[in-house]
Amino acid sequence: MAREQSITLTVNGREYTRTVTVRTSLADFLRDHLHLTGTHTGCEHGVCGACTVSLNGRSARSCLTLAVQADGGDVVTIEGLRDDEGEWSPVQKAFFENFAVQCGFCTPGFLITAIELLRGNPDPSEEEIREYLSGNICRCSGYQAIIKAVQAAAAAARGQE
Amino acid sequence: MKAPWFDYQAPTSLADALAVLGQAEGDGRVLAGGQSLMPMLNMRIADPAVLVDINRIPGLDGIEETDASLSVGALVRHADILNSDAVRARWPLLHEATTYVAHPAIRNRGTVCGSVSHNDPAAEHPSILATYDGTVVIASAEGRREVPAGEFSQGMLTTALEPGEMVVGVRYARPPEGTGSAFVEFARRLGDFAIAGAAALLTVRDGVCERARLTIVGMGEGPLRATAAEDALTGTKLEPGAAPGLFADVAHEVKATLDPAEDVHASSGFRRHLAGVMVQRALTAALMRTRETR
Ligand SMILES: Cc1cc2nc3c(=O)[nH]c(=O)nc-3n(C[C@H](O)[C@H](O)[C@H](O)COP(=O)(O)OP(=O)(O)OC[C@H]3O[C@@H](n4cnc5c(N)ncnc54)[C@H](O)[C@@H]3O)c2cc1C
Ligand code: FES
Ligand code: FES
Repeated sequence: MAREQSITLTVNGREYTRTVTVRTSLADFLRDHLHLTGTHTGCEHGVCGACTVSLNGRSARSCLTLAVQADGGDVVTIEGLRDDEGEWSPVQKAFFENFAVQCGFCTPGFLITAIELLRGNPDPSEEEIREYLSGNICRCSGYQAIIKAVQAAAAAARGQE
Repeated sequence: MKAPWFDYQAPTSLADALAVLGQAEGDGRVLAGGQSLMPMLNMRIADPAVLVDINRIPGLDGIEETDASLSVGALVRHADILNSDAVRARWPLLHEATTYVAHPAIRNRGTVCGSVSHNDPAAEHPSILATYDGTVVIASAEGRREVPAGEFSQGMLTTALEPGEMVVGVRYARPPEGTGSAFVEFARRLGDFAIAGAAALLTVRDGVCERARLTIVGMGEGPLRATAAEDALTGTKLEPGAAPGLFADVAHEVKATLDPAEDVHASSGFRRHLAGVMVQRALTAALMRTRETR
């Protein structure tokens, strides 16, 4: 049985075809094959959340997903969050403005997760935000600023800046 | 922290998957959500010859309800359970317990059947299946068989699955009318595995407990049904004032039977203490909810 496989997938709106070893994680594929190094790997066993990407519209740990499993799929990473004019997305702006980023290692995972939260729940309570982001670990900024940023992004999206 | 070498198959039919598993002669592993298997591969705790990815097999993602039961297919994710109105309304113990399972990104991929197959003693799903008197539906190239939840667990991370077999679904039995349920858990952080937890189903008619189900999470080698406590509760008067004393006695009895292992998260004594607290809380909440359902 082949230990390499050709895969075709869409990443941030662009289609790629590459040959990968079947044991390559989606995280390593994004970083090493596509050089999209915004997706970070902290723990590589699912607990830190830094590698979280959107796979077929749902957040997923890219360290716990094989690249071959994303064959035919649609992936969005931190690099895909800017709009067509190159502007940051509103949630990115809110993170910047609320000092929710310090070293930035955890930020890509937080952003993907926060965007998914706000898509399903445009007006989350603080408790709902904490619960939704519970799988993402930040070692420096402190969680308070991140929660404030998500609240600010939600308020802005509802037109209550 | 990189997975070892393996062969990878992503069959598009159940028959093909079972054929590959059969040919692997016990050295094949089903890849469902990957939320327990991928960590084990990355940490080199598991080293299978073949991974059989079942995610491209149609027809395994159904949640189906009959008068007697709820069936959950092998590709039903934790998130699908949380999003199901039927589960929320009529299988509240399953819904409530799933709110304690991991975090959103993990719930989007991890499956109920994967959790049951993995059989981590600190996981919620094996205990919930046992509490609902559930059944595991197993298939192999040779055919199908069904195993009661109580016999499926064979110890920590060990089940009744034979080489070449996979779980195609689990089935929960509907409790009688007048049943209240509760799941409670203690963990250090939201979404962590349980240090201690308890699941309870209490059926009360005319102030008398007709049926009790009580399972302790995080203590043993797998789901731990407290059958002696269930028997002790059955037939007792569950009047509002009398219950706290009774439930404290039950919790005390249950604690006396437990000898949990010590690890970095908790000492054996702390775990046993927590188990008592969890039992009391679960029974109290379940009793309150029997009133709500009437
Ligand atoms: C950070 C983190 C936190 C978590 N927290 C919790 C928690 O609080 N509570 C909890 O219960 N779980 C938790 N989990 C585990 C999660 O719930 C997993 O989804 C679940 O344990 C396994 O399901 P899976 O579909 O991902 O299985 P996989 O990882 O794909 O498989 C796990 C094992 O089961 C076998 N298997 C899977 N499906 C089948 C099948 N249909 N037939 C036969 N064998 C099968 C596999 O071969 C493998 O041995 C956590 C995981 C992570 C990474
Ligand atoms: S690197 Fe994937 S969760 Fe930590
Ligand atoms: S900003 Fe440094 S880990 Fe979160």
